[in-house]
Amino acid sequence: MSRPFTTLVAIAAPMLEDNIDTDIIIPSREMKSTGKTGLADGLFAGRRYAGGREPDPGFVLNRPAYARAGILLSGANFGCGSSREHAVWALVEWGIACVIAPSFSPIFAGNAVRGGLLPLVAPAETVAFLASVDGPVAVDLPAQTVAAGGRSFAFEIDAEAKAMLIGGLDAIDLTMEQMPAIRRWEEADQRVRPWVSTPLG
Amino acid sequence: MPSLFDKLWSSHEIAATPGGTSLIAIDRVFLHERTGAAALNSLAAAGRSVRHPARAFVAMDHIVDTRPGRTDATLMPGGQAFITETRAAARANGLTLFDVGDPDQGIMHVVSPELGIVLPGLTLVAPDSHTCTQGAVGALAWGIGSTEAEHALATGTLRARKPPSMRVRFEGALAPGVTAKDMALALIAAHGSAGGQGMAIEFAGSAVRALPMEARMTLCNMATEFAAFAAFIAPDETTFGWLKGRRHAPSGALWELALAQWRLLASDADAGFEREILIDAATIGLMVSWGTSPSQSIPITGTVPADADARPLAYMGLERGQRLLGLPIAGAFIGSCTNSRLPDLSRAAAIVRGRRVAPGVRALVVPGSSAVKRAAEAEGLDRVFLEAGFEWRESGCSMCFYAGGESFGAGERVVSSTNRNFESRQGLGTRTHITSPEVVAASALAGHIAAPE
Ligand code: SF4
Repeated sequence: MSRPFTTLVAIAAPMLEDNIDTDIIIPSREMKSTGKTGLADGLFAGRRYAGGREPDPGFVLNRPAYARAGILLSGANFGCGSSREHAVWALVEWGIACVIAPSFSPIFAGNAVRGGLLPLVAPAETVAFLASVDGPVAVDLPAQTVAAGGRSFAFEIDAEAKAMLIGGLDAIDLTMEQMPAIRRWEEADQRVRPWVSTPLG
Repeated sequence: MPSLFDKLWSSHEIAATPGGTSLIAIDRVFLHERTGAAALNSLAAAGRSVRHPARAFVAMDHIVDTRPGRTDATLMPGGQAFITETRAAARANGLTLFDVGDPDQGIMHVVSPELGIVLPGLTLVAPDSHTCTQGAVGALAWGIGSTEAEHALATGTLRARKPPSMRVRFEGALAPGVTAKDMALALIAAHGSAGGQGMAIEFAGSAVRALPMEARMTLCNMATEFAAFAAFIAPDETTFGWLKGRRHAPSGALWELALAQWRLLASDADAGFEREILIDAATIGLMVSWGTSPSQSIPITGTVPADADARPLAYMGLERGQRLLGLPIAGAFIGSCTNSRLPDLSRAAAIVRGRRVAPGVRALVVPGSSAVKRAAEAEGLDRVFLEAGFEWRESGCSMCFYAGGESFGAGERVVSSTNRNFESRQGLGTRTHITSPEVVAASALAGHIAAPE
């Protein structure tokens, strides 16, 4: 279960670079526990801290205007690189509930939906406009719009991802409802491809 | 009409929703110690269990120490807890564990094909972005997050949208000495690191057909750096011959039954793809990366592009127009799920034999699995490397990535047979040039970036 996501009005921090990879979002040396929490401190650690653990005043999330940002604006291929889900957990724990970018790494986008973070795909020009606006950005997931500075843009999202985010749904619960169909499929498959299970015993 | 990908997908589709999401049967799940404990413990905390424990495997590869005589202790701060907690969770769930000290231990993407765990026509997922390596045998293998891994473990399925498909054909013959790593880097350099964004990529063409299995794994491995969803190669006699007799591969009558089905795993002549790329294999040279993305790669004889971005130039300590050949290096690394299999080590050893690593260069060889290590030692390759001044390690991911443990130094220039040259990937501030094991070997001997003679 993740926090349901319906609408969000928040300050959007611009980080308009392509290929922000998961190692930038959270370096692997910051993944210090085997659990899913305690990661906010390591968010963007390579850029957020200057020497040691001193905040680097030049880094966007350290600037007073963005200290309470709830949305991140970024470039194409956001979340590429390592599949680490910690990237999503760290963003959410820090307070980011939505990333708006022209494209996402597929693994990151899947992780985001499961972690209650909206990966919102918008053309680069839209992202640039949102970054140029003073004041908050409003995201309405049920209506599939993002608005700021008096303009509103529609966005596309996969229907199941949308339903899961709005309901804070757990995908495993959804799938468990289909267990009879899964069992039937597996029984039939066992006859066609017996080696898939038998040699493994 | 259907492509290989269509066949792999539809043969695992249990159900489809009107919204376009499919419920896909998952035949194999692999975990590793970095996230294995988190996934298994979170599953248990939700009161769920692993539905098919016999089809789930756990490798200790990411943070295990690779220095000779290793124990559970690791140089990564707090790393030992990942190992012990993953071991406990794997045992509690009855999963097959490739543990520290186990003769089958190794990097999951090396171990899985080696033992015939991944097979043609199977679906396999793992919480690791280079899982598509395993598509080289003709399987649909892709990387997922650890919450999705919980889903796969609990239900034997995943919910996923069918990605668009791409075919990349390498036609013609490779020039002598040119490898699968060069093919991959040439592709990514030409089409960008997002060139295959979210696509299921079939590698095909005569140059791919001519590749041995291990080289096919290298090629599929690098598809991750092309932003692919998955990558695979239609299985053929090379595949079947390589898999036959492996521990988890079917045998006897089951082998014959499987083979009959595996022979159908190919794209039909009129199959459609959302995108096709054709590359003349003969035009590919030895490739080396100059920047901090695999797409920033050039032929080894080339110069840093005149329009190179400032940030990677500054990070790598290079200038536009500069030649890569002759750049002094501090480190050389042969290993990783990209290039750590027996033929990779043999080709590097042939270059190293009877020669010495240049003074001041730290050079390592890290076999991809304990089985590769034993096989290499049986051929005396360990002696070749040790006598030349290389370190000879236990198997694991090792210095392919920096997790707070062992690393190369800041500002040090390293040639590496790995797949990622991102900033600080191999150590804070380390300048990584990715290339083939042959170029790593030749450079280690020369003390600077060099092509094999
Ligand atoms: S060898 Fe490197 S790329 Fe491969 S799984 Fe290990 S850390 Fe990842």
